Amino acid sequence: MIFATTPSQTVGPYFAIGLPWEAGPHAVPPGTPGAIRIAGVVCDGAGQPVPDNLIETWQADPAGRFADLHGHGGPSALEGFRGFARSGFEVGDGSWGIVTVKPGAVPGPGGAAQAPHIAVSVFARGLLHRCVTRIYFADEEAANAADPVLASVPADRRATLLAQPTDDGYRFDIRLQGPGETVFFAV
Amino acid sequence: MSRSTTDTPTSYEREPEGAHPPLDHPGYKSTRLRHPRQPLIRLPQTVTEITGPQLGPARLLGPHDADLTRQHEGEPIGERIIVGGRVLDTEGKPLRDTLVEVWQANAAGRYRHRSDRWPAPLDPGFSGAGRCLTDDAGRFRFTTIKPGAYPWGNHHNAWRPAHIHFSLLGRAFAQRLVTQMYFPGDPLFAYDPIFNSVRDPAARERMICRFSIHDSRPDWAPAYGWDIVLRGPGATPFEAAL
Ligand SMILES: [Fe+3]
Repeated sequence: MIFATTPSQTVGPYFAIGLPWEAGPHAVPPGTPGAIRIAGVVCDGAGQPVPDNLIETWQADPAGRFADLHGHGGPSALEGFRGFARSGFEVGDGSWGIVTVKPGAVPGPGGAAQAPHIAVSVFARGLLHRCVTRIYFADEEAANAADPVLASVPADRRATLLAQPTDDGYRFDIRLQGPGETVFFAV
Repeated sequence: MSRSTTDTPTSYEREPEGAHPPLDHPGYKSTRLRHPRQPLIRLPQTVTEITGPQLGPARLLGPHDADLTRQHEGEPIGERIIVGGRVLDTEGKPLRDTLVEVWQANAAGRYRHRSDRWPAPLDPGFSGAGRCLTDDAGRFRFTTIKPGAYPWGNHHNAWRPAHIHFSLLGRAFAQRLVTQMYFPGDPLFAYDPIFNSVRDPAARERMICRFSIHDSRPDWAPAYGWDIVLRGPGATPFEAAL
């Protein structure tokens, strides 16, 4: 190591002038077959919504391939698949949401398969560094039961990582602190 | 895409304790109800974490993305400056074609944002947001207006030192960084809990740009240089076990 890393700082309350953009919440182009909406609410330790939340997601396509240009885990063959979404429109009620497709299984530690999952970065005023979590899917019981990352999470906290089916996709709430606190990871 | 298939790490170094500010920093009041209390769980770096979005064309919107002084009819008020540098990893390797996004207050310290209501003027010639991709040497460059200090409600007489917000995607989910760039010699440093949330003084220095006479353009704009360092390769390829 020659250099030390640049420290993180909060995204602050005014990121909306720079980071969100119209197509940001769409990890797949409009009209993609099988597109789903994943949405929820971000709340704080008092259970109050966090209106100035910025959520980013990164995931594989249904075949388990990434839209990565650098040679790992890709490329995706799904037309227009970006695999990245950014939600940060500050509607005021703490909600967040993206449009995507459900990812497939991807390789994990030691060659074991990982259950379908989406990597999540949470930014907000008051967060000096991003919080990293993962979205798993409550209706993938068998795959979840065999997932090595979920297995590393205390059993009584795993439910915080499970998105629940809805009419048009899944619901995933993020609780930054307190009862039902979402599991966050060190990457 | 032709040149980019070979040169990215298969794992990223785990950063030492204190490399980043703690999530719980009582001096910065908004951390109180927003920091997780449970310990973070160590995530193995899998293909999900060592890959990442490459938002070139999807995110570059117009010809003046990197020149914040030319996004409107009229010219903005304030001190025109050039801000440039390189995006590197800890081994000194440049990160090319990586997206750099910035946003900032205007010369009076006011953001063009509906929640920023303090009585400083908005500038019709300045939006305060920009984007660029790094070149083959990892270089980025913006032309902008030097932002002003601004008050905030954290404590009595609280003023943020002048800063530009930076967002870096790097090449992998593991490299994602959002930070702020400060200007040398700011008298507000001593009073700012966000700047001082980084406890190591040497690490705080890494958030401060330097004046560069070399990059300044005669009769046009002084320049500031700032290199951004993202996590470098880890020791183990594709961590084998939890
Ligand atoms: Fe700011």
